[in-house]
Amino acid sequence: MAGMEQSMALGQRREIAGYRGRSPRRLVGHAILHVVLIVVGITFSVPLLWVIVTSLKAPNKVFTYPIRWIPDPLVWSNYPDMLQILKITGRPAMLLFAQNTLIIAVAATLGSVISTAFIGYSLARLRWPERDYVFALCLATMMLPGVVTLIPTFLIYRNVGWIDTFLPLIVPSWFGMNAFYVFLMRQFLLSLPYELEEAARVDGASSFRILWQVMVPLSGPVIATIAIFSFLGHYNEFMGPLIYLSSNENFTLALGLRMIQGRFGTQWPIVMAASTVMIAPPIVIFFLAQRYFIRGIQLTGLAGR
Amino acid sequence: MLRSVALAGSEKRRSRLLYREATDGRLFALPFVLGFLVWWLYPMGYSIYLIFQDWDLLTPPKFIGLANITKMLADPKVGISLVNTAFYTFVGVPVHLLVALILALALNVPLRGIAVYRTVFYLPSITPIVASAVVWLQIFQPEFGILNAALGQVGIPPVKWLFDPVVAKPAFIFMSTWGIGPQILIFLAGLQSVPESLHEAAAIDGADVWQRFRHITVPMISPVILFNLVVGIIGSFQVFTSAFIMTDGGPQDATLFTVLYLYRNGFQYFRMGYASTIAWMLFFIIVFFTVIQFKMANRWVYYEGSKR
Repeated sequence: MAGMEQSMALGQRREIAGYRGRSPRRLVGHAILHVVLIVVGITFSVPLLWVIVTSLKAPNKVFTYPIRWIPDPLVWSNYPDMLQILKITGRPAMLLFAQNTLIIAVAATLGSVISTAFIGYSLARLRWPERDYVFALCLATMMLPGVVTLIPTFLIYRNVGWIDTFLPLIVPSWFGMNAFYVFLMRQFLLSLPYELEEAARVDGASSFRILWQVMVPLSGPVIATIAIFSFLGHYNEFMGPLIYLSSNENFTLALGLRMIQGRFGTQWPIVMAASTVMIAPPIVIFFLAQRYFIRGIQLTGLAGR
Repeated sequence: MLRSVALAGSEKRRSRLLYREATDGRLFALPFVLGFLVWWLYPMGYSIYLIFQDWDLLTPPKFIGLANITKMLADPKVGISLVNTAFYTFVGVPVHLLVALILALALNVPLRGIAVYRTVFYLPSITPIVASAVVWLQIFQPEFGILNAALGQVGIPPVKWLFDPVVAKPAFIFMSTWGIGPQILIFLAGLQSVPESLHEAAAIDGADVWQRFRHITVPMISPVILFNLVVGIIGSFQVFTSAFIMTDGGPQDATLFTVLYLYRNGFQYFRMGYASTIAWMLFFIIVFFTVIQFKMANRWVYYEGSKR
């Protein structure tokens, strides 16, 4: 009797709280939510789908409405055409831009990972008197609007002859100048157990050895997160290259795509083929490394707690 | 006797280790400190100096006192750019946060295939900003763009979007709403950290869905809301790339945002001093609003397990 009452109460509780269980109301609610998410999801997907579809259309088929979502005919040649339409010193410009982008993004990412490992380790686990002040600086640069350093850093690079080289886009990363990555690294290293380090230290291992032989091997996830964010950040960056790079043969994909849009803006399939080429790598990286991606973004948000 | 010698020895060893640790700590953090000096402190000082100079990069800088500041205060374009930027920020950020929160709430329901939905809403934000600017330029195109085509199907007459000074800014906000994936994910992380037991307890006490949302969910995720708000406002105040590519400030300066005007002054008109003056003004505006938000946060942000 008492047991029945209890189970009834539980059943009731379930229905009120409405979490698990498969009450009809719940199922209807889920079905409605599915419909809403599908409609909104399709709306969100339209721009990307449209880019790909348009990049495969014949020029005279682009402006027909209602939109044909399956191009007829499928014009793959827009891609080779896009490569041939713009050439720099005899080479397809987009390939050159891609190469430049890759050099910058890889060099800067390498710098980010190495520098944040040292800085993050120092801020998280080594004890030195001024440490908390330096960490406060790190937090401050995360919040300060970078716009105020735009003009003076340009002038500094001009003085040292770095304008129209890749250096302004790479070197700051080697000094941990994306404070957010330093922050991520520090937070991660704080969470590792202290015994690991104590044991190594008592055995006479140097900080350098502890960092590279104990800490780094355990930091795979956070290093992956930093590497992905850094790579994509440099891949996507527009304003830096715009200000620092002047000759066409040094352009990155971001600048190159704008150049193609500027010169061939009316030839939508060509512009969309170039856009697809630029969009594809980040999306591939996202699908390969979704875990680290989401983790990184969510860590950012929870940093606010 | 022997023991105390051993102790003294280990004491000495300990202090040597501590000393080494402190040296290593400073050494490892040195790149950041140097970087801070080179990429923050020195440039900030340099740009304060530039405020008082007239410098076109061709002739040597000339001291002009407060002329850049008085010029800025009287420059109608500065006023226009600030109004534009404020509109974009104070309309755009709340819209983004609201849409992101609603979507995060929906994506927090344990539906079948929820991972697919999450991916769909996140993907747009991975699109490089240049690519999304180029793509949206064609979407907004008044004659042939798909947006007007879609509206036409439900009987809405074509809108001139980026060619209409009234609609251009809302169009930018509409476009940037497409890329709210990170905000959704951050809200989602916040929602997932709300203990279910709180909701269950409130439900037993008869709280309905709205009451539970208002009195449990919102306070519990308030730190995350604050984070999205602060980061969103700092970012929106510095909007540049999309306007630079899509409208170059037009039509009739309707999308002339402050950083765009700063860029023009610095890198097209080569007015280093004037551009630095604008940069500092924007800097103070952003810092002002950031500080205000943290001050106001005491009233509405709930930090679990602390009495802040």
